[in-house]
Amino acid sequence: MKILTGNDLRSGAVVWWNGSGWSLFVDDAVDAGDDSEEILAREEAARRVNVPYAIDASIDAGGHVRPAHIKDRVRALGPTVRRDLAVPTADKTGWDWVI
Amino acid sequence: MYQYDSYDQAMVDARVEEFRDQARRRMEGRLTEDQFKPLRLMNGLYLQLHAYMLRVAIPYGTLNARQMEALADIAEKYDRGYGHFTTRQNIQYNWIRLEDAADALADLARHEMHAIQTSGNCIRNISADHFAGAAVDEVTDPRPYAELLRQWSSFHPEFTYLPRKFKFCVIASAKDRAAMRLHDIGIRIVQNAAGETGAQFYVGGGMGRTPMIAPLVRDFVPIDQLITYAEACLRVYNRYGRRDNKYKARIKILVHELGAAEYTRQVEEEFAHLLSVGVEPPREELARIAEYFAPPTFRHPSESWDLEQLQSKAAGDPSLRWDDGFGLWVRRNTHPHRAPGYVSAVISLKPVGGIPGDATADQMRIVARLAREYSFDELRVMHTQNLLLPHVRIADLPVIWAALDAAGLAAPNMDTIEDIIACPGLDYCSLANARSIPLAQRISERFAESGRTEVVGELKLKISGCINACGHHHAGHIGILGVDRKGTENYQLSLGGSEAEDVSLAKITGPGFDEDGVIAAVETVTDVYLDARTDGERFIDTYRRIGMEPFKEALYG
Repeated sequence: MKILTGNDLRSGAVVWWNGSGWSLFVDDAVDAGDDSEEILAREEAARRVNVPYAIDASIDAGGHVRPAHIKDRVRALGPTVRRDLAVPTADKTGWDWVI
Repeated sequence: MYQYDSYDQAMVDARVEEFRDQARRRMEGRLTEDQFKPLRLMNGLYLQLHAYMLRVAIPYGTLNARQMEALADIAEKYDRGYGHFTTRQNIQYNWIRLEDAADALADLARHEMHAIQTSGNCIRNISADHFAGAAVDEVTDPRPYAELLRQWSSFHPEFTYLPRKFKFCVIASAKDRAAMRLHDIGIRIVQNAAGETGAQFYVGGGMGRTPMIAPLVRDFVPIDQLITYAEACLRVYNRYGRRDNKYKARIKILVHELGAAEYTRQVEEEFAHLLSVGVEPPREELARIAEYFAPPTFRHPSESWDLEQLQSKAAGDPSLRWDDGFGLWVRRNTHPHRAPGYVSAVISLKPVGGIPGDATADQMRIVARLAREYSFDELRVMHTQNLLLPHVRIADLPVIWAALDAAGLAAPNMDTIEDIIACPGLDYCSLANARSIPLAQRISERFAESGRTEVVGELKLKISGCINACGHHHAGHIGILGVDRKGTENYQLSLGGSEAEDVSLAKITGPGFDEDGVIAAVETVTDVYLDARTDGERFIDTYRRIGMEPFKEALYG
């Protein structure tokens, strides 16, 4: 699946396209599929998110969205060495799949 | 230390308001990211993996207590309560919001600090020997010259759009404690046989994807021609440095491709021309700057102790834990001072299992208080990602250590394998391919727990999360470079680097390792060293004597 991500313009926070807007939680990301380019162009023009881009991802057995590349997996939860600063997630196994 | 005059302050204040307007226009959608990016970078504002990152310049690593407290306040007010001290003697904040950035810059400006030229293809923060003004072996304090270079290079219209970023380093001793020859221009202040002060110019060094050691270009530039010669070096680079290929744009490539002799010939030609034009600041300006760096009034030696007296008084105090606490810290973390009865004291930001270079706001305030009370209101940021109290009475060391120990700042590990340089790596940096910090944490834990740190002695381990080499892995006795191997972290091990006066570049041992494997490999190479070393040999000495083969044999069989 293709999901869309970027950094919020004002805060810089990592955000994920949820179908109608941008969410802080990777699990909210939806498959943008063939609409990726159109959504990215529209959102780029809206200037709410810095350089949004499409990435490969999958959904695991627990229904959680897993970005394919390690860099985006780190972005999804936060620095692995400061888990106290991590993005809150209901996914108890979140850190298991980052690295 | 240097204090802003009205011109400095007006310049920095104006820049804050200019950026405030630029940020506002960006947030209102009137600037695209392509338009805004070069503007924010000129003010030190990057966009990293998780958020905006603000890099603040600490000129030649010198700051006072009030400034350190301001850095602590910014960490709490605009960030998440901590900051990261870097190998360029700067501090970085990892969680700055664009909507707060101008306010953070305004707070910095109120305390005579800024983030100007901490990014972009311009002359970056001037670095220097962190022991400047305190070291026994320096011919003079190099910081007035670093400050003169800072003023010359700030907003210099000719050098605002260089082919690539440009880094100066200034030292004034035969010993190199600042990786001087791994800078674009490294300057060593010297005295000639006639007792005149001048500057040696080393040009074309650097780390990154093409590491090079800067060759000597001029062995004595009269000190009143320092800026003129620097300008000549920059002019030749600005004219002929490559702008068509980012990876070949640093001055080291130009010097290498022209050859040091031809580059020098062109510089000398330009230098002669500039001498006829007259670009050197008036001598009075250097004298004005130098006044700010006048040595503090040290107490008479009779009012302090020497190290033997310290031991005799402290060894019997159980609260000081002489053998594994205070005494060990004194032995490892203090450095000889030019004034009798004084030392410089290194404040390690490398607790066992900690994140190299990180300090909380509370820790910054404690360090600031100690500087104010015990070090003539002076602090230094070391390129090793530690802090330094430059002028400390030996008699005050017990109370200083106790305060540091209570704050988690008394790790006794300077120049040991626990004193690891590590870049932010993939935990924070958008350029990184692999994480650096977890390696540093695990290696320091492994050696601390086994007690091998003391046995191994001086060993400089440096870790970078990508080829840009912010973690100085090329210059590590042991270097580790993180790479992306088919989407997973992989680590190349290298041996034999040094950033000191015996400068050398490390060589890769062979195929890379995964995270567990490279930690085991570090243990393996230290085993080889311990087996092979002769009395008094450091790791680097043994490596240079026996070569790479015994290490490769142990690693790969």
